[in-house]
Amino acid sequence: MARFRTYNEVLEPTGAKVPEQVRAQLERLARRFSAIRHTVIVASGKGGVGKSAISANLAAALAAEGRRVGAADADLNGPSLARMLAASTAPLAVSPNGVAPAVGVAGVRVVSMDLLLAADAPVRWRDPGHAGFVWQSTLETGALREFLADVDWGALDLLIVDAPPGTDKLQRLLSLVPRPSAVLLVTTPSETARHVVARSISLLRAAGVPRLALAANMAGYRCPACGRTEPLFAADGARRLAAATGVPLWAELPFDPAIAASTDVGRPIVLEPAGSPAADALRALTRRLLTELREVDP
Amino acid sequence: MKFLCIGCDTVMDFTERQLPGDGTFAAVFSCARCGREVAMLANPMETQLVASLGVRIGGRTLAEQPMELVRQQLAEGRDDAFVEPAPASRGAIRWSDDARQRLANVPGFVRGMVKRIYSDYAAERGISLITPEVMDRARADLGLEGM
Ligand SMILES: Nc1ncnc2c1ncn2[C@@H]1O[C@H](COP(=O)(O)OP(=O)(O)OP(=O)(O)O)[C@@H](O)[C@H]1O
Ligand SMILES: [Mg+2]
Ligand SMILES: [Zn+2]
Repeated sequence: MARFRTYNEVLEPTGAKVPEQVRAQLERLARRFSAIRHTVIVASGKGGVGKSAISANLAAALAAEGRRVGAADADLNGPSLARMLAASTAPLAVSPNGVAPAVGVAGVRVVSMDLLLAADAPVRWRDPGHAGFVWQSTLETGALREFLADVDWGALDLLIVDAPPGTDKLQRLLSLVPRPSAVLLVTTPSETARHVVARSISLLRAAGVPRLALAANMAGYRCPACGRTEPLFAADGARRLAAATGVPLWAELPFDPAIAASTDVGRPIVLEPAGSPAADALRALTRRLLTELREVDP
Repeated sequence: MKFLCIGCDTVMDFTERQLPGDGTFAAVFSCARCGREVAMLANPMETQLVASLGVRIGGRTLAEQPMELVRQQLAEGRDDAFVEPAPASRGAIRWSDDARQRLANVPGFVRGMVKRIYSDYAAERGISLITPEVMDRARADLGLEGM
């Protein structure tokens, strides 16, 4: 058998220029992040716990106090941030600098799959060989990279990234956002949520993410008739999780139908004048975030 | 992937890319010492795998466009999701009827980008009439499968 050099023994360039192009993609991503002071990922691992509602409220609250805020909807297959922030549906302007984000409530700059898809269309990728599942995750990672790197975010004080459910998706997101200023893990007091979020904590710690925090959502239900707050879940998973892992609990947010109603109409409840315990708790969470990021004095 | 000319112990250089338009692509590599040429022929799945990475075998002659991957690969994008900048006054570039027809068949979601890319390609080469042949050449040069 002829002996010839192996792949790793061949060091000369081939002219195919593939590694160069991948490097260029990552450089573009890094350049974009260099104009963003803080990237904050709102994640969980668990679905339906309020990641998007909390992302929308954080983004709106921060923008309303004059900060330059971007909101990236990393949930490609279940996008909801554009609606929750009432982002404009006008066509996105393309320039050599990138795609201009849509503008939402309080001036939040928003990018979401929702803005790109035909009405009610699911995310489907071109599929010449009817084997789309083979490259689906490659395409999703690429799409996410473009949402971050190819958007003309401008200079931002904060970029809020709304993560999709699933710890695998969180890992993918981290490969594109390797140094978030903070990851806020949304959980509920339920035992199921506690177990899933514990896995996310392990994953994030292994990845070396420096600032992890918990937000316990739906931590109680305030009866509109009598005004008493009762627990919504029998368990106290969020506090137990915080105690067991040492991840600080930054907020306990009550269940309040007004949170759902307000995000449904694209006007996050934090924008309403003080008064509701839910809005107050979300504003307190916003303060806590800024304090931890040393953007305000404690 | 690298191609080694065994007899010459020389890495073959990328020389040319061809996109016949049937979802496949070919890349030609040649040995600078003995002149031998090989064509790598990729089936539609292999072609799609490379495209999914957002790279072009042989490199790019045109910088990566903003959100190029999403625009090329998303199957059901909104027709008016993007607006392209108004074209720079680049003389009078005309489109032949059949070229125009072919452009009309490109999904609206990505048509603006495709139109601008072809117009820029023509302008850079002093081509005043865009025909399907020009589009074919541009597609191979630029590595635009499926456009
Ligand atoms: N504290 C709350 N009180 C009442 N409704 C809430 C609360 N938090 C979230 N909701 C509502 O619950 C629904 C699910 O929340 P949301 O979409 O934010 O969850 P998610 O974690 O982003 O879900 P997914 O995993 O599907 O992305 C939404 O309609 C939201 O407005
Ligand atoms: Mg969500
Ligand atoms: Zn040779």
